[in-house]
Amino acid sequence: MRKALGTAGLGLAAALLAVSPAPAQQGPIKIGEINSYTAIAGFTVPYRNGWTLAVEEINAGGGVLGRKLEVVSRDDGGKPEDAVRIAGELVGDQKVALLAGTFLSNIGLAVADYATQNKVLFVAAEPLTDAIVWQKGSHYVFRLRPSTYMQAAMLAEEAAKLPAKRWATIAPNYEYGTSFVANFKKLLSARRPDVQWVGEQWPALGKLDAGPTVEALIEAKPEAIFNAEFGGDLIKLVREGTTRGLFTGRTVVSALSGEPEYLDPLKDEAPSGWIVTGYPWYAIDTPEHKRFLAAYQNRFHDYPRLGSVVGYSTFKAIAAAIAKAGSTDTQKMIAAMDGLPVETPFGGIVFRAIDHQSTMGAWVGKIAVKDGKGVMVDFHYDDGKNYQPTDADVAALRPAK
Amino acid sequence: MDFVVIQLLNGLASASSLFLVACGLSIIFGVTRIVNFAHGSFYMLGAYIAYSLVELLPRTPLGFWGGVALAALAVGAIGGAVEIALLKRIYRAPELFQLLATFGVVLVVADLALKIWGAEELLAPRPPGLRGAVMILGRAFPQYDLLLIAVGPVVLAALWLLFHRTRWGALVRAATQDRDMVAALGVNQGRLFTGVFFLGSLLAGLGGALQLPREAANLQMDLSTIAEAFVITVVGGMGSIAGAYVAALLVAVLQAFGIVVFPKITLVLIFLVMAVVLAFRPYGLFGRAAAEPRAAGAEAQPLGAGDGRAWRWVVPGLALLAVLPPLAGGYAVSVVTEIVILALFAASLHFMMGPGGMPSFGHAAFFGLGAYGAALAARDVGAPMLLGLAVAPVAAALLALACGWFCVRLSGVYLAMLTLAVAQIVWSVAFQWTGITGGDNGILGVWPADWARGKTVFYLLTLLLCGGSLWLLRRIVFAPFGAALRGGRDAPRRAEASGIDLTAVRWTGFVIAALFAGLAGGLFAYSKGSVFPTYIAISRSIDALLMVLLGGIGTLAGPPVGAVVFVGLQEEISRYTDLWRLLLGLVIITLVVAFPEGIAGFAARWRRRAEGAT
Amino acid sequence: MSLLAVDGIAKAYGGVEAVAGVSFALAEGEFVALIGPNGAGKTTCFNMLGGQIRPDRGTVRFEGHDITGASPRRIARLGVARTFQITQSFASMSVRENVQLALIAHHRRVFSFLPRAAALYRPEATALLERVGMADQAERQCGILAYGDLKRVELALALAQAPRLLLMDEPTAGMAAQERLTLMALAAGLARAQDISLLFTEHDMDVVFAHADRIIVLDRGRILAEGPPAAVRADRRVREVYLGSGAMFAA
Ligand SMILES: Nc1ncnc2c1ncn2[C@@H]1O[C@H](COP(=O)(O)OP(=O)(O)O)[C@@H](O)[C@H]1O
Ligand SMILES: [Mg+2]
Repeated sequence: MRKALGTAGLGLAAALLAVSPAPAQQGPIKIGEINSYTAIAGFTVPYRNGWTLAVEEINAGGGVLGRKLEVVSRDDGGKPEDAVRIAGELVGDQKVALLAGTFLSNIGLAVADYATQNKVLFVAAEPLTDAIVWQKGSHYVFRLRPSTYMQAAMLAEEAAKLPAKRWATIAPNYEYGTSFVANFKKLLSARRPDVQWVGEQWPALGKLDAGPTVEALIEAKPEAIFNAEFGGDLIKLVREGTTRGLFTGRTVVSALSGEPEYLDPLKDEAPSGWIVTGYPWYAIDTPEHKRFLAAYQNRFHDYPRLGSVVGYSTFKAIAAAIAKAGSTDTQKMIAAMDGLPVETPFGGIVFRAIDHQSTMGAWVGKIAVKDGKGVMVDFHYDDGKNYQPTDADVAALRPAK
Repeated sequence: MDFVVIQLLNGLASASSLFLVACGLSIIFGVTRIVNFAHGSFYMLGAYIAYSLVELLPRTPLGFWGGVALAALAVGAIGGAVEIALLKRIYRAPELFQLLATFGVVLVVADLALKIWGAEELLAPRPPGLRGAVMILGRAFPQYDLLLIAVGPVVLAALWLLFHRTRWGALVRAATQDRDMVAALGVNQGRLFTGVFFLGSLLAGLGGALQLPREAANLQMDLSTIAEAFVITVVGGMGSIAGAYVAALLVAVLQAFGIVVFPKITLVLIFLVMAVVLAFRPYGLFGRAAAEPRAAGAEAQPLGAGDGRAWRWVVPGLALLAVLPPLAGGYAVSVVTEIVILALFAASLHFMMGPGGMPSFGHAAFFGLGAYGAALAARDVGAPMLLGLAVAPVAAALLALACGWFCVRLSGVYLAMLTLAVAQIVWSVAFQWTGITGGDNGILGVWPADWARGKTVFYLLTLLLCGGSLWLLRRIVFAPFGAALRGGRDAPRRAEASGIDLTAVRWTGFVIAALFAGLAGGLFAYSKGSVFPTYIAISRSIDALLMVLLGGIGTLAGPPVGAVVFVGLQEEISRYTDLWRLLLGLVIITLVVAFPEGIAGFAARWRRRAEGAT
Repeated sequence: MSLLAVDGIAKAYGGVEAVAGVSFALAEGEFVALIGPNGAGKTTCFNMLGGQIRPDRGTVRFEGHDITGASPRRIARLGVARTFQITQSFASMSVRENVQLALIAHHRRVFSFLPRAAALYRPEATALLERVGMADQAERQCGILAYGDLKRVELALALAQAPRLLLMDEPTAGMAAQERLTLMALAAGLARAQDISLLFTEHDMDVVFAHADRIIVLDRGRILAEGPPAAVRADRRVREVYLGSGAMFAA
């Protein structure tokens, strides 16, 4: 052991000298970006395309403050502890001006905590957890996507219009699922005190045992179902549920299922009539989205997913913040982000000063099958600013500074 | 009543799925004693290849089933090729070492599948004629599930015929019972092993292909399958195919009814079943002692005298370690801090695996419990950092004290799997007891005390504690206790006959290993500032196992060397390419073939030879 | 009072009784040979005396203590040492370390975590190795020793326990004829010198007749004959059993 420690020491020394820190940058503005590229490739690869497009556009327009943006991107492998290490590398070694990205809630929270400790700005792109802006909210952390609370609020509004009184829920057995269900239950019960919660299923992520789970839901005899499954589990649920008649005569209200990431793999088996949040890229005809769509398809010869919009908007927001701050000083960037308006493919959004949450909303509509694939119809855009708790509630949730 | 019947049928269908993956693994293990981590990858390949073929071939029954059959054959061929090209070279390496090679295959396949088939889930059409449902007791039941219910027993029967009615099958059975005897009979062992690998992989591919109508092909299939396949195999008794079916039935039916009563039991049920079965039947339901491999394979490898000569290396080594990283900058310090902590974690695993002969697939239980112990002490009691760091090993040791009593009575892969079950149970507690542990969002804000907040100070503290621990572990290995532990591994009956209380010795060794793993976990928590269930997850246990094997199980230098190489490689490679899994996998495979005794083991032998020559 | 008193012990495997009610006694200082054809149940008997197997019925008493079904460890501590038909030694350690570990166990110092085992009981270990003629190989690793040498090491391991009774299961199996006689003479000499009683099984009748005070003949799990060597040698049934199994009295 001792010998090896010695040898290891020498080896390490050599390795370390080889990667000793680069001299401080005066050229481009470096942005550190972390996401689960290998663990959650389905969402993160279109996301990367999105921010690549944004950065190319920004740099083509002369960059920010006369400097180009340079993204140093890293894969966290789906592990928060590795994300923290990478954050250390990006901040300590690469000298990035700020951190951005992350998909999984726990990774978002871990990087947020790192950012707070090390006084670095972190723009969380995708993690949905409410905690990142509320209970664990931080001076240094902003979040772009509409949270579980906001999306649950949008769906609860639709659900309240339904006649159904007996509801069952199914969601993956981790924080995203539990908080989606908790928020939805609370918000729907508030609007409709007559609603009863008659059953719940909590399959392990990626391991939904579809037959028994669907049968258990049927046995609960609900009139409607709230679902937060996605990805492979959603596919199993849809196929098995359709075959077994789980969805006949029942309305399903389902989070995220209208996102192309999750809807497209279902092809012609997409569940018609489900009320979902999602991204009907093929049918949004606002000018800002048309422009984005054309640019994206031109650049990648593929259609955008929701992740693409998130990646694109995150980096547009970062550029706007730096431009407004006039420098890459952390406190100045944070001050700039409070109340910062940003133009995104979904229209203008604002980063709320009160909790650092953006007002980006979501598209709510129904699933239909057209030409052998699932699409969203009868959809509308719910602006995120309308689906927030009261300012007093938010203030109470955020930790005292 | 009708609900009960339907859930039973659902259980039977799921059991067939589980059985199909597990039986191939069981056959491979039974004959070759290889813990084949790549089995889940073969399963995934089966699904993907079948998808491509089914899309390609005409939408007829023949097209579908032909695609399934071809996919199974293709995966069988891939498995056979892996055996010939890779595993054949390392059969003489210590037991469990081949696991490292198969893990390299897992990494390579994961990235190749992503490159070839893309990230999106791929949903294949269902076979013509089996798309709908039949009414059973007034409930719609998928036709395909009915077919699947039959497939399990049919495959079981076919395998039984193969093993009991053919000469080749008889050889396989004989080899499962006594590998050496078959060799003595003059059978071409190489061909037999290749054949067995072909068959086992074919079954994995078939399992994946047959899953297509129920599930979209996806990139998570490999890892989500492999743990379950191992559990089924072990619960059934490794090498017992009928056992695998019974185990699959048991797990699937319990799952079907379990989720009705406790919907949140999904995370842990299968591991609870395994823990209970192994507590009562140390070789699984149908396993026999004969089907168990030798321990971790460190036997007959002398450790050396444990005299003071090694100081010549360690003093300058430690001095370099203390001085160099701080010079190289903040990030270098955090990477080396992590390596030093993981070296202790790996060394604690090595302590039980090498000298103790008790392999573990769940060592992260103790690492994680240490981390959570420290984090909870800090958050809920406001304990200062040093107290938190004292709580960490104690918490881990207490868990080891409780579960060790069950674990140490087992041996080989069964012991390893029971520790895995313990780790998964601890993991699910951390994951689901949100009120205390924060669930998967973990506990944040576990930062070092103010005086240790600086990266360099914390690093030096880590170096001191881990260096001291490594020194202590080494002392213990060469102390009377360590000698008794090694003696019990080498010759348990001799040790008992000499008056050594082997259960107590192994139990104590288990607790010591946990203690140091817990300390490593505590340090890790403070170095990251947070704890998450991932600290207890299977991948962390496997990482430690890989470090130990990569470094070499037969030498005390193995774990630190393994930690440096593994963490260093992963960190460096992942910085430069998204295909880091592919590269890392290839590097691991190369290292495995080049250094079948591990890197430090190779160095040690090289040095012995050099000394012998002078 | 006899040192060892065995009363009606039996052990069945899957309905077949490997040992079917065996009773005998062994007096202080006595050397007894347990003989019988392969499969007669000798090893099973030894394992029941040594605690490796729990008898289905019957009792075993040693110096008045009931040790039926006791753990090997307890039996060892009461003063019974044994060697195995298939030698059991600590293969990864040197010959000296093997003996040192046996001495550490005997002196109940296993749960000691800091001292170096290699420094403990070194002279005692060397002395034991000298007695069995292995001192010159003390530093060699056990895993690479010749079979005959391993048997000597095992003898040293057993003697390290300072036993009152030594059980030796085929101590000379697999050795050349001359080597057998030498090893058994060595074992017997050491046992006599230290007042250790001896129970051993052996196929080589020269060895048996050279050292046994008394012989017990086992066949298919039962005692067929018992008595002084001359009487057993003359027993017709014993001759038949051995003829039937193809083995021969060399004497
Ligand atoms: N573990 C076991 N399982 C089944 N049968 C056994 C076992 N051990 C011994 N036997 C059987 O018991 C009988 C006695 O064996 P053993 O005591 O080894 O005989 P010996 O030592 O006299 O050659 C033999 O028929 C043997 O096959
Ligand atoms: Mg015998």
